[in-house]
Amino acid sequence: MQTSPGTAATILPIGSDADLAWARHQVRQAAAALGFGLVQQTKLITAASELARNTLVHGGGGHLEITPVAHGKARGLRLSFVDTGPGIRDLELAMTDGYTTGGGLGLGLSGARRLVHEFRVDTRPGGGTTVTVVMWLAGMPVPRPGTG
Amino acid sequence: MSEHDAAPGAAAQQVRAFLERRREQIAQRWADAPLFRTVFTVSRDEAVEASKAVADALAAVAASGRLEDITAAGYGTVREQLGRTAAARARTGCSPARIADEVAALRAPAAELLRAEFPDPAAPRAQECLLALALLMGTLRLVVMETALSTGEDLIERQRQQLLEATTPVIKLWDGIIAVPLIGTLDSARSQVVMENLLDAVVAERARYAILDITGVPTVDSLVAQHLMKTVAAARLMGAECVVSGIRPAIAQTIVHLGIDLGAIVTRARLSDALVYALRRLDVEISGPVPAVAGRP
Repeated sequence: MQTSPGTAATILPIGSDADLAWARHQVRQAAAALGFGLVQQTKLITAASELARNTLVHGGGGHLEITPVAHGKARGLRLSFVDTGPGIRDLELAMTDGYTTGGGLGLGLSGARRLVHEFRVDTRPGGGTTVTVVMWLAGMPVPRPGTG
Repeated sequence: MSEHDAAPGAAAQQVRAFLERRREQIAQRWADAPLFRTVFTVSRDEAVEASKAVADALAAVAASGRLEDITAAGYGTVREQLGRTAAARARTGCSPARIADEVAALRAPAAELLRAEFPDPAAPRAQECLLALALLMGTLRLVVMETALSTGEDLIERQRQQLLEATTPVIKLWDGIIAVPLIGTLDSARSQVVMENLLDAVVAERARYAILDITGVPTVDSLVAQHLMKTVAAARLMGAECVVSGIRPAIAQTIVHLGIDLGAIVTRARLSDALVYALRRLDVEISGPVPAVAGRP
């Protein structure tokens, strides 16, 4: 996978509820610009909303990086949610449906994973968390289907 | 205290004395500067008075020796005036950068007067004083920008509050049936307002059915879903059944993938479907063609 030529990454701060709304707005614009359909857009924005809220609530804030990517003929969008918070101690547990430490439904991480094509979590206790997701444009061959 | 105070206090005190002694001349020159001239258009005297107030404030700050402290007490007296001046400039379409430039432009006339005070402007003492004045004027610029920004923040906060109130009306559709069209981002604060308005209306209208229409909610994530479920549960405790309508195909697919279980909630695709559902449950006779109910025979 490589970054599309001529398209730079957009970096957005995640520090408040207003930033979440702005991040969703920017993801929607980026997805629409790449030609994502309405269902794919909605899925990606919803995943972004879950992950950005995790960055804010659990990571104590951080930033979102939106990068258009290419793999052969396939085009997609990569979103990286980066925080320098306490990290995730038990990733397997955190990925379990219904497990929550924040009083939510416990579907943020696990739900977001089901909404996108690629999903990766880099974390260690005390070392922050980076969640990276990729959504490929429908109709193109998905390079690594079902990654996660 | 910063490194600039190496030649401590003395230069600052000299600048203070200069500001007090030359107050009138400085004010006369500042009154002709764009910042004051364009705001106090009615009378030049007003511009001179405003300029004097700023000069006095700077003298007070210089006296305290805190040349680079935007919280120095001396600015207290002119903060409001500067805020109004900056706001007036902003209203005429001035960008923040332009306003900052106009504040910076006050430095040259004052520096010119200060330089004239010294027989040899190149002497170290003169340079120290000019540096002190430059620091003082730089801080003034920050004070103006900070004041202007905080005014903007107040405005944004007020508008945010108004938005909370304005976008959550509760509509009575029929005897015993109310509806809330939800529009925009459903964050925790908005959800709270929605829930309160809805529960109040359930009591006031003695509603048996409450329709929550989410056509205008762009994103339904797990937090929004949780807010909806809580609202439905609260309404149920008060004897009203909720119907969630306006679920678009893309939203429905997303909810399923997210793993949210809305099985306990009655949902309909359109507001009209939800209304038909509620009317039938209330045994209201509907004459004429009834709109086809999506998802139900």
